[in-house]
Amino acid sequence: MSKMKKSPWIMHYDGASCNGCDIEVLACLTPLYDVERFGVINTGNPKHADILLITGGINTQCESVVKQIYSQMAEPKVVVAVGICACNGGVFKDCYNIKGGVDTTIPVDVYVPGCAARPESIIDGVVKAVDILEEKYENMKKKGGKAH
Amino acid sequence: MKSIPLEARLIAAAIYFIAAPFIGGLLSGVDRVISARMQGRKGPSIFQGFYDIVKLLSKQRNCVNKIQVMYLGSFLFFIIFTGALFFAGCDLLMIFFSLTTANIFLAVAAASTNSPYATMGAQRELLQMLAYEPMTLLTAVGFYVATGTFKSAEMLTQIDLPAIVSLPGVFVGFLFILVIKLRKHPYDLSTSHHAHQEVVKGISTEFSGPVYALMELSHWYENVFLMGIVSMFFINNNPWSILWSIAASVIVYLVMILVDNTNARMKWDNMLKNTWIATMVLGALNIFILHIFK
Repeated sequence: MSKMKKSPWIMHYDGASCNGCDIEVLACLTPLYDVERFGVINTGNPKHADILLITGGINTQCESVVKQIYSQMAEPKVVVAVGICACNGGVFKDCYNIKGGVDTTIPVDVYVPGCAARPESIIDGVVKAVDILEEKYENMKKKGGKAH
Repeated sequence: MKSIPLEARLIAAAIYFIAAPFIGGLLSGVDRVISARMQGRKGPSIFQGFYDIVKLLSKQRNCVNKIQVMYLGSFLFFIIFTGALFFAGCDLLMIFFSLTTANIFLAVAAASTNSPYATMGAQRELLQMLAYEPMTLLTAVGFYVATGTFKSAEMLTQIDLPAIVSLPGVFVGFLFILVIKLRKHPYDLSTSHHAHQEVVKGISTEFSGPVYALMELSHWYENVFLMGIVSMFFINNNPWSILWSIAASVIVYLVMILVDNTNARMKWDNMLKNTWIATMVLGALNIFILHIFK
């Protein structure tokens, strides 16, 4: 039985984003898209989350925060980079303070490009992330409940 | 005067122990679906609560400290103990004190983690207890004044008129604290039932995976027990009254969902003021009048 698929809880973190993608992420929760249909909960607590949704690139200030949030999440966990800035830094790539995409700091499982990423593509990314989550859970089980 | 045999009371407690998680889980699913419909959304499956618990149980065990699990286990144990006492027809005072003990364990479990968010949640939980405790006590006293007994089993067999007839004020006062107990807006200070974000996740911040599942399970047990108290107001010595008392508690639950979706969260001093005013005016006055005219 798919244990992970039916209740993916999402933690949304805004890196060095322009807020465009953040608004689209929140739009997913509105009546038009309603991701709660799939059991998705937008939680504010990394310890309850299964999927880390990051918008915007990573700068020197938020790097340690992202690392800490990621380390607080319980296995199995999946990271989704939403928007082109989260994928590779986007238009801010050459800024002196930007390190680049999310994968410069933590491992990313799903990339959702777009500027801003549309709610449809964000939902698509989350659905892909849920499959990876299930896969990671199976691997975790094979290793006897141990992480990694 | 007939009384319910001990075997039947033990069976009722056993049924509660086995069936309450299923009823509680369904109640939470219904809550989420109806809340979503009220907001113009489709909402999740009605079985979403069960999916969540299954997922939480299969996540990695991340305990902040070892003692936390013991405290949460005690919370679950005392909640089940409270409900079992109630459905076995024991003393209402004993039942409410057992409920208080259970909630103390929850607050201690959160405070034991030393996390600032969880500690703040624990403090708010204690404030909530301060707000609702007088009313729970008055509910027990109200039942005694109305029916002449503290035992919930004897109320079932002895009274002709449902308690709601003589205790309308106590009933409304109990609805006030039910908002706190079910963790609904506007009084969901320590943590909210839904995933609204206030001081991260309040009292449940440091519980993750299977440990959090333990807390959710306890809440399902607790909710079923609370709905049992609501139906006590509508029950009399007619066996069919069980049916309409269940119907009444379902209606009360729907009213709670409506209140949840039409209110914003209040500050703790407002909560304390409002619940204590409701306790004094509705609860105490009702019992006082009943005492005089009886």
